[in-house]
Amino acid sequence: MAGEDKKQQPFDSKAASSLVAELRGAFASGTTRSYQWRESQLRGLLRMTDEHEQDIVAALRSDLGKPELESVLYEAAMLRNSCKFALKELQRWMMPEKVKTSLTTFPSSAEIVSEPLGVVLIISAWNYPYLLSLDPVVGAIAAGNAVVLKPSEIAPATSALLAKLLGEYMDSSSIRVVEGAVPETTALLEQKWDKIFYTGNGRVGRIVMAAAAKHLTPVVLELGGKSPVVVDSGINLQIACRRIIVGKWGNNNGQACIASDYIITTKDLNELETFYGKNPLESKDLSRIVNSDHFTRLTKLLDEDKVSKKVVYGGERDPTKLQIAPTILLDVPRDSLIMNEEIFGPLLPILTVDKLEESFDIINSGAKPLAAYIFTNDKKLKEHFVNNVSAGGLVVNDTTVHLAVHALPFGGVGESGIGAYHGKFSFDAFSHKKAVVYRSFMGDAAIRYPPYTNGKLRLMKALLGGSILGILRALFGRS
Amino acid sequence: METRGDLEVQLKGMREYYRGGNTRGASWRKSQLRGLCRLLEEREAEMNAALEFDLGKHPVEAYRDEIGGLIKSANYALGCLKGWMSAKKAKLPLAAALTTAEIIPEPLGLVLIISSWNFPFGLSLEPLIGALAAGNVVVLKPSEVAPRCSSLLANVLPAYLDPKAIKVVEGGPAVSEQLVKQKWDKILFTGSARVGRIVMAAAANHLTPVTLEFGGKCPAVLDSLSSSWDREVAVQRIVGSKFSACAGQACIAIDYVIVEKKFSSTLLELMKVRIGKMLGENPRESRSMARIVNKHHFLRLKTLLEDPNVKASIVYGGSMDEKSLFIEPTILLDPPLESDLMQDEIFGPLLPIITLKKIEDSINFINSRPKPLALYVFTHNDSLRKRMVAETSSGSVTFNDAMIQYMADTLPFGGIGESGMGNYHGKFSFDTFSHHKAVLRRSFLVDFWFRFPPWNDHKLQLFRSVYLFDYLGMLLTVLGLKKSKQG
Repeated sequence: MAGEDKKQQPFDSKAASSLVAELRGAFASGTTRSYQWRESQLRGLLRMTDEHEQDIVAALRSDLGKPELESVLYEAAMLRNSCKFALKELQRWMMPEKVKTSLTTFPSSAEIVSEPLGVVLIISAWNYPYLLSLDPVVGAIAAGNAVVLKPSEIAPATSALLAKLLGEYMDSSSIRVVEGAVPETTALLEQKWDKIFYTGNGRVGRIVMAAAAKHLTPVVLELGGKSPVVVDSGINLQIACRRIIVGKWGNNNGQACIASDYIITTKDLNELETFYGKNPLESKDLSRIVNSDHFTRLTKLLDEDKVSKKVVYGGERDPTKLQIAPTILLDVPRDSLIMNEEIFGPLLPILTVDKLEESFDIINSGAKPLAAYIFTNDKKLKEHFVNNVSAGGLVVNDTTVHLAVHALPFGGVGESGIGAYHGKFSFDAFSHKKAVVYRSFMGDAAIRYPPYTNGKLRLMKALLGGSILGILRALFGRS
Repeated sequence: METRGDLEVQLKGMREYYRGGNTRGASWRKSQLRGLCRLLEEREAEMNAALEFDLGKHPVEAYRDEIGGLIKSANYALGCLKGWMSAKKAKLPLAAALTTAEIIPEPLGLVLIISSWNFPFGLSLEPLIGALAAGNVVVLKPSEVAPRCSSLLANVLPAYLDPKAIKVVEGGPAVSEQLVKQKWDKILFTGSARVGRIVMAAAANHLTPVTLEFGGKCPAVLDSLSSSWDREVAVQRIVGSKFSACAGQACIAIDYVIVEKKFSSTLLELMKVRIGKMLGENPRESRSMARIVNKHHFLRLKTLLEDPNVKASIVYGGSMDEKSLFIEPTILLDPPLESDLMQDEIFGPLLPIITLKKIEDSINFINSRPKPLALYVFTHNDSLRKRMVAETSSGSVTFNDAMIQYMADTLPFGGIGESGMGNYHGKFSFDTFSHHKAVLRRSFLVDFWFRFPPWNDHKLQLFRSVYLFDYLGMLLTVLGLKKSKQG
């Protein structure tokens, strides 16, 4: 099995190339195309998640110190829902979509057929290592592809668990896991894939897309950014704060691509600090920072000169336990490090502005984030926000929950990513939409071909113009 | 000649114009589309003259393949724009009470369109229609290989469209190279796969999404057709589409024909007759066929035929005139499969006929080659039809005709694998130049009280019910009638 290979030989270019060749053979045999195969694999993922929930919780605790409830809800339950939704809709998704045809191709009928792309590569991230590995796999399988999954080495327990479980529950002729770090990923990226789906940061995203360009491989890149929260006055502050808090620190202690990165509000809302002070967030309900690299990165953001004095709540850290307490900062300078890179941790800067409308300029002057949030009851402000802030997704009066909505595409724009998935968007991301036209041998247009005459030109103009009257006139010799 | 500094200043200005919200409203977008319609109406004669100069295209061919199609597409976009721009509601489960979800299309921003020389107006303006309908600001780089058309676009577009939002940049590979290095919100490129790789690699530096339209060797599979009427129509469509659309220099032109061996001589005779009817005794004089675009491509095609084994397989045509860049419609019977003619995209008026024992063998034949942009199959056989769709992969499949899929507004036009990525035409053009933004609106009124820490088993059990949309289970848990799961 793939997980055991790691102990035997290094996974190099040659190994990657023969893996792809093997999977291409499996795909060419047609195994993955049938409804039965896709359905059985999705059921396998579901059973796997049900039967091993405790193992998943244990792996996530080992990798991230993730509280059981977060593991169960945000990883296992969400993956289960993804499988169930795909199982429910699969037959419908697989059906060709009939489309209307017009006079220009009369008489004809046409449809759009979804076909699998072939052999796809999924590279996932470390912060929701179970969900972000398998959610794209759900889409790839539903669309009938053969899959290679490369989980993040920064969450090694989950990576090993995935290799073991997928080997037991899935059809290993067409679904494989490759564990490893940079060398293994590089070897994989050298190969020709029919699609690459990457979740992670923009720096590596560029490397992935550049590698894909060599083979003209289309990509989905799920990246991140600084997701802002705009907080207006005149709202139910308690509910807003609760939602912000759980969206930030209740999500892997802020290490999530759609966690609120920073808040923008007007000066009259200083009550925010005191409210947070009273909120009972105990550290046993919080994930730890994933590793010492990220711990160092985050403490550097906190300790920068112009920033360290701006801490108004928290700031405590424990390097032995890799724990950083929920920390709030007020009015850090715009040019500080913490305001210029994605925080991905439990630090929440609050910026104050004179008029809330200024917040839109602040947001739009930076890179487009994966998500943006606003808390307000002001209808005009809401609409202005929705129409003028560009981000992957927006939520009004909450944070992060749009992730769970199957009917919404989940993906970024600009620096926050390319493409989208979830629900049917996952199926589409891993499909080729093939146009199929059925023409009759009747009703031709000898007018289409030479020798060209004025009469033919008139008729052609009428046909392309789609007007019946025009056609009749052209046929009867008037223009 | 623009310097790099000039270019960057221009692009900065365009971004500011975009940020000012000038291109977002429906009325601006409609005014641009109407501007294009007027352009196509008022400048038809000049466009015809430019196409004649650059490619020797006949005005009827120009109308059929470019101008007419563009008028159709611009009008279609005008009619559909409101619907395309509107937010689409997304269905939510009951558990998400007092919440609404929708998908709102928004422009990407500053986009780059690079077009090819063979349909210089069509391949420039069809994407432009989509980019403008979607509310973007656009830089268009037409091909320098069709210079009259390129300069006509540069002169004429500012008169009909908003010059602050649409700019034409002319030039060759050096200019293209400069352009792709900039940061764009989208690039749509039509051309060769070789240059496509360079474009995508440059786009990767900025995480710019791309739509790449290439070509490939598009096969036409001709099954035995019992009725002579059907045979005539099939041959007319094969020969007509191959030789009368830019002399075979088209990404979706039939590259070669596959036919059962026993049918090949009948096919050949029918083709010869049809070519004669279409182009007369002297095809060069008929002026109904475009010429080869330039000396480079002329020599490329000439070289393909110089391979002695290929030359030996010529059964019709073959004459060429370098001065007028004219190549006669040429048919070859079973040229060697390893020849360059059968390995590279032909892109010219040479039509190989490949014979196989059984028509079903064509499936393996096609699958052992790179995925083409289009597959054409002429057949009445229902099971062959189904197998072709299910067992081969291509950008599109068209039954009993060729090239006509290009004119369908409701079908995506694009390739797969070596023939491209992404698609456009009709709504697909609008979508390819848009970001589909997810928007969720929540009320302050309803929340699950168990959403927040501190965590306990009771809350976990409630969540389990919620995520399964198990409303009864949730009720029972709340009432204390359902025990938490162990562990």
